[in-house]
Amino acid sequence: MDREYEIVVGLEVHVELKTATKIFCSCSTAFGAEPNTQVCPVCSGFPGALPVLNRQAVEYAIRTGLALNCEIAEVCKFDRKNYFYPDLPNAYQISQYDQPICKNGYLDINVDGKHSRIGIIRAHLEEDAGKLVHQGSITTTTYSLVNLNRCGVPLLEIVSQPDMRSGAEARAYLEKLRSICLFAGVSDCKMEEGSLRCDANVSVRPKGSSKLGTRVEIKNLNSFRSLERAIEYEARRQIEALEDGEELVQETRTWDEEKQVTRSMRSKEEAHDYRYFPDPDLPPLRIDREWVERVRASMPEMPDQAQQRLINTYGLSDYDANWLTSTPQTLEFFDETVKHYPDAKAVSNWMMGDFSRLLNQNNMEIADSKVTPQYLAEMLRLIEKGTISGKMAKTIFEEMFFTGKSPEEIIKEKGMQQISDQETLQKIIDEVVAGNPKVVEDYKNGKEKAFGFLVGQVMKATRGQANPALVNEILKERLMRE
Amino acid sequence: MAISVKQVEQVAYLARLELTEQEKQIFTQQLTAILEYADKLNELDTEQVEPLHHILPIYNVMREDVVQPGPPREETLSNAPLVEDGQFKVPRII
Repeated sequence: MDREYEIVVGLEVHVELKTATKIFCSCSTAFGAEPNTQVCPVCSGFPGALPVLNRQAVEYAIRTGLALNCEIAEVCKFDRKNYFYPDLPNAYQISQYDQPICKNGYLDINVDGKHSRIGIIRAHLEEDAGKLVHQGSITTTTYSLVNLNRCGVPLLEIVSQPDMRSGAEARAYLEKLRSICLFAGVSDCKMEEGSLRCDANVSVRPKGSSKLGTRVEIKNLNSFRSLERAIEYEARRQIEALEDGEELVQETRTWDEEKQVTRSMRSKEEAHDYRYFPDPDLPPLRIDREWVERVRASMPEMPDQAQQRLINTYGLSDYDANWLTSTPQTLEFFDETVKHYPDAKAVSNWMMGDFSRLLNQNNMEIADSKVTPQYLAEMLRLIEKGTISGKMAKTIFEEMFFTGKSPEEIIKEKGMQQISDQETLQKIIDEVVAGNPKVVEDYKNGKEKAFGFLVGQVMKATRGQANPALVNEILKERLMRE
Repeated sequence: MAISVKQVEQVAYLARLELTEQEKQIFTQQLTAILEYADKLNELDTEQVEPLHHILPIYNVMREDVVQPGPPREETLSNAPLVEDGQFKVPRII
């Protein structure tokens, strides 16, 4: 990025709260039901139907607010945000305008060793809109179909300060926000199902300036990667425009995943006038301090605390600790494995290496894999004892990952036992040495590579089952006698 | 406080109402009269008065998070002018 400019990013994140019912009616919020089967007069906007607030949605909002170090409002209310759109049957969205339930919080991120505190302006409760499906492509569509199942699902909109200075920081913020919400147990945070959605406000300014530049809002960011890339692209576009003497316009742009560019959707000149006013159907909320303290007392360990614990207890690096606390399931698996096999670094390496690779390749989460912490610990102990080599362990792990069998069972089935028997190895090594006189000669003349070749021959003869450390030892000794 | 024809046009646009020139004149006069009447409140000193958000002195009306089945889909869709695949069919909106 151009050294003379600074990128300024703020994020607006919508988190779907994992209540069983919608925010203002008792319809189910289950994902993936048949269209319009989780709909009632309240959420489909029938005249005269009255909304009644879901207590659990308020509690989740308080929980999230506390997890994000926010002040929880003593009094707050709901307002109507008025606009026409086919996915909004009331022609207004119930939201919170000037009295959000949470405000003035922060979360901490760490990008390549640089720690930053990102401010959170506010978090407010609101209802989701329905889903609009265009028939055909977006340019040739002639009509759309409306499914109101999602209409009225509770959302918490979390608005950050413009405190991020790169796409990587914005990504770190969103990842941290996700893990906080997962640990707090308030949302599934599945970007692919839309339970975590993010818009980015991006501007650039000359380095050292404290004035904000013209801001562009980017929508349609469907993954952490697209968030990071869209910001980097957009900042470059803005800097190039400024360098060319162009004036930037405040507008909304959409991220085109296929072409990896942002494109203009609408300019802010036709900005909405939402005519917010207090919703007369909903009495205000007075949030008892006792309620807040009860929620605070029930908070589990949060990612930052867990990270600190991993660093202090096991001496893990920031990076490892951060990775292991990305989801509660990851941390639980780690903690459970370490109980059975106390070498935390080895456990963390396996989790971040083969385990994570297999999860990514198969688009799975920890809960989907069959391997248990006990079996991972058992496998690590077998490596330590020299029963299996690191290479065999990779095969065994993959088998455990898919079948849930124990390492012992897999070793038996595949005949994978490592050969650590002195006599057996001695015999094989004798044969290899006898069969490769020229290579042995090379070795004696100082060719280091020749040694590796001989080790390779032994491994080949044992189909990879020889204990490598032992082979090295015996072979060296044997060659000295040549 | 007087409001202009332009403001009336803007409000009408936001409400998706089409007004004739004559209606615009009528509503400009009427809305001005209403706002002037409301202006009387400004004669009072409200410095120490909290804004009223709700006309009833009630707070915290909440329900438990328990699912109740809604009406069958046919009923939900029964007033829709056009339906396809169990969904409301609407004109393209981009």
